[in-house]
Amino acid sequence: MTVTVDQILFLLSALVTLGAAIIVVTARNLVHAALALIATFFGVAILFVLLQAGFLATVQVVLYIGAIAILIIFAIMLTRRVMQDSGPQTNQQWWLAALLSLALFAALWAVFQQVPGLQNVTGTQVIPNDSLQRLGFGFVDPNQYMLPFELASVLLLIALVGSIVIAGEKQ
Amino acid sequence: MFLTPLVAQQLTWLIPLPPLLSFALIVLFTNRSKLLSHTLAIGLMAVSWVISWVVFFNTLTITNFGGLAAVIQNAVPWLPFGSAAVGTQPLSMGVLVDPLTGLMLFFVPLACLLIFIYSVGYSNFGLPREAHDVPGTPPHGVEPLYSRFFAYLSLFAFGMLLLVVADNLLLLFVGWEIMGLCSYLLIGFWYARNYADPKQITPRQAAVKAFMTTRVGDMFMMLGIVYLYSQAGTLSFRDILYNRDVLAHLASAPSIIVGLTVSHVVGLLLFAGTVGKSAQFPLHVWLPDAMEGPTPVSAMIHAATMVSAGVYAMIRMFPLLSAGWVPGGALTPPMLAMAIIGSFTALFAATIAMTQSDIKKVLAYSTISQLGFMIASLGIGAYVAAAFHLVTHAFFKALLFLGSGSVIHGVEHGHHETEHSAAPAAEHGAEHAAAPFDPQNMFNMGGLAKRMPLTYWTFVIGGFALAGFPLVTAGFWSKDEILAESFAHAPAVFIVLGLAALMTAFYTMRQISLTFLGQPRSPAVEHATEHEPIFRPMLLALVVLSFFAVAAGWVGIPEHFPVIGGLVPNWIESYSVGGLLERPEALAFSYWPLLTSLVVALGGLLLGWWVYRGYQLGQADPLEAPLGPLYTLLRNKYYFDELYDFLFVRPVYWIAETFVSVWIDKGVIDGTLHLIGRAALRLGDIFRNDFDLPVVNGFGDLVGKSVNRFGRTFRVIQTGKVQQYLLVLMAIIVVLGAVLLLPGLR
Amino acid sequence: MVPLSWYLVLAAALFCVGLYGVLARKNAVAILMGIELMLNAVNINLVSFWHYLNPQVMAGQMFTIIVLTVAASEAAVGLALIISIYRRRNSVIAEDMDLMKW
Repeated sequence: MTVTVDQILFLLSALVTLGAAIIVVTARNLVHAALALIATFFGVAILFVLLQAGFLATVQVVLYIGAIAILIIFAIMLTRRVMQDSGPQTNQQWWLAALLSLALFAALWAVFQQVPGLQNVTGTQVIPNDSLQRLGFGFVDPNQYMLPFELASVLLLIALVGSIVIAGEKQ
Repeated sequence: MFLTPLVAQQLTWLIPLPPLLSFALIVLFTNRSKLLSHTLAIGLMAVSWVISWVVFFNTLTITNFGGLAAVIQNAVPWLPFGSAAVGTQPLSMGVLVDPLTGLMLFFVPLACLLIFIYSVGYSNFGLPREAHDVPGTPPHGVEPLYSRFFAYLSLFAFGMLLLVVADNLLLLFVGWEIMGLCSYLLIGFWYARNYADPKQITPRQAAVKAFMTTRVGDMFMMLGIVYLYSQAGTLSFRDILYNRDVLAHLASAPSIIVGLTVSHVVGLLLFAGTVGKSAQFPLHVWLPDAMEGPTPVSAMIHAATMVSAGVYAMIRMFPLLSAGWVPGGALTPPMLAMAIIGSFTALFAATIAMTQSDIKKVLAYSTISQLGFMIASLGIGAYVAAAFHLVTHAFFKALLFLGSGSVIHGVEHGHHETEHSAAPAAEHGAEHAAAPFDPQNMFNMGGLAKRMPLTYWTFVIGGFALAGFPLVTAGFWSKDEILAESFAHAPAVFIVLGLAALMTAFYTMRQISLTFLGQPRSPAVEHATEHEPIFRPMLLALVVLSFFAVAAGWVGIPEHFPVIGGLVPNWIESYSVGGLLERPEALAFSYWPLLTSLVVALGGLLLGWWVYRGYQLGQADPLEAPLGPLYTLLRNKYYFDELYDFLFVRPVYWIAETFVSVWIDKGVIDGTLHLIGRAALRLGDIFRNDFDLPVVNGFGDLVGKSVNRFGRTFRVIQTGKVQQYLLVLMAIIVVLGAVLLLPGLR
Repeated sequence: MVPLSWYLVLAAALFCVGLYGVLARKNAVAILMGIELMLNAVNINLVSFWHYLNPQVMAGQMFTIIVLTVAASEAAVGLALIISIYRRRNSVIAEDMDLMKW
């Protein structure tokens, strides 16, 4: 069969994503893991772009890479111990974990095989031009998803206050 | 009669009760006050005496007293045994006054009253309590157990009076047994007295001996009573003894012993009771040892009352004992037994009395001997003579015993005077232990006639009465009658009794000579006196008794007696035969028994005085030399005590101590109990160790332990590591999901 | 013409990798990184379904944004906790935090 450009692009970004993810979970040095994490996020952003969700890609980069990954790097720095980066980074049950992951993947693969006609789902739908506006309106429209939006903002507030309280130095 | 029959019956019922009341009151209330106790005892005894004499004098006014309806009689139903099918009537409790009872009512309460009065002095009332007088030993000061003594004496008087007025054999037996108990209590009154010589019998041992020996007799008597009841259907005196048909039936019915009729067997069994109670051979051994009791006890029990009760029972049952006998014919077996045993005992005891050194022991054997006279006389059918001698003997023997008590007290008093003046600071106990002084040993006495004159003269009166001094003493008349009857009807008995009478006079004079005549043989006797205040009640009793010892004989002067016969009617004869169905025929007068009795009495007295008149201290008994080895035999009472000890006492002790106590009681009975106990314990242990602990406890423990083990086994999954929890979680999700979502795996 | 199944497989793989990281890594921060991977896999899933099944309705993207928000706040709080734990125990090894052990 012929491989189209989309497919090549997809495969490349998938490779990047998965490769970086594997590095994240196997790297000895945590900072390397954090950087690989950033690469993973980037790969995911590319995948969003390929899926015509440009806004999401932007948000992914800004939030995940710009905030969360940075946060993780800060946390690594703050909780660093001299001897920590040497020696195996896996705990006692890593082989069980590996086994389980593989089992889960196999199970999911089997589920996908079950669904009839999954192979044939190719994106023939038309993406609306004003998807971003629709997204925006959807967040503030009381008939749509205003409530989750507001709750999410409350959640952010709580998380903010909470993390300050938890991580704050005791006076 | 000057009393209506109803009043007479009621008064008769009342006779035994005052002493019982005094016993109860003394025991319960007046124990602490000596004055109250003896006042109560003497007062109530006097009431009883007055009533008895009222009833007695009333009977003198009853015409044909003793005849069919001419007795005082009253009964109430008591024990409802008896069935018409077997022919036995219910047993009743009642009173009867017939001529024999009348005689007893004359002398028994009087003697008891005089002894009570005597006891006040004998127990040293008025003297202070001495510091080292141990209660239960003879005291130097006032008797510590004073009230108890009077309580026992009152109970004893109750028993005797009950026996006297009883109208049936069962009630008589009740009184009999009460007296047996009291004699035990009173003989052993000084229970704490012990002697250094282990062979010498202590009061406690003597009391047990008395009780046991009389018990042997009482057992036979009980058998006799039961047998009589089963054969005659009743125990009432009037119904059996004043009833020709019943007597004839009993005299002819064959009994369970081949060859003897019912009346013979009953008579022999009842006689066995008398052999015990009146200390005849072979059950005589208790009476000499009973002298361990205080002297008033000896007088009361062994002279006036208890031993007389045995003779009284025989005299009462005489119609039954002699049922089938005709005067001049063959004696019935009970009568024969009485004649033989009575006369033998009279001689036997008299021989022993001749060699005794204790003043009271002589009198004890003398009592045994005189009772033998009475029994022998009854055995040959001399009813009146036996009753007459019973009455006179009570007076003069009581007089003699009380007199000996006075002597003992006087000598003890003298002993204390000499000991105290010699060593005033010496301890009482020490001086007594150093040289035990026996105030009862006649060989230490002498010369008391001058020092204790009243005691001396009353003792002489009593002694002459015992010996049978002619005409002026009561003993002469009664003994003479016995000898006359035996001369007429049973010459063998006459010879034996004559010999016994000779010895009686001899030992009596021996006693008087050694005790009163001559010179004092020890310092104690030198200082003896009877002028202390405590002697006054004693001397009063002695004087009253001596009056009767002289005068009581004059109511029985035989009609054909030379010179004075006929002047005074033979009241005793006419009175006492009133209660018999068959009047005994009057005795023809014969000079031989009279002469014999004169010779025997006067000769014996003279011989006794002559042999002992010059006795000095330290000499051997003048009797020892002529008698030789016989003297030792007599002095040791023919060794009967030792024989009985070997034959009966030791085996019984062995049975009790070894066989029953150790083998059966401790071995079998206790052993069985211990075995049961051990088995139960073993069973309990088995239950506990083999079931309770392993199964029950085990089950409980098992539940707990298994839960524990279960928990401990499973808690390892809680490692605290979050990642492991997550792992498990995810694994389960994966498995579940696969199962649910993949159709091939269903 | 990338079929949907490719995206789904990718998301599944990413999820499993993330799961492995959560279960097998010692360091707590590394565990959190694994969680982020898992959340990203979820996001890919959501967006692919939006794109391939019903792009007219924006629910897919909106859900994604919410998930993203939640992921962010959760990462923040989680890291704050890790820092706090580090201050007390001087260690962020997840295995050593076994106070709830029996």
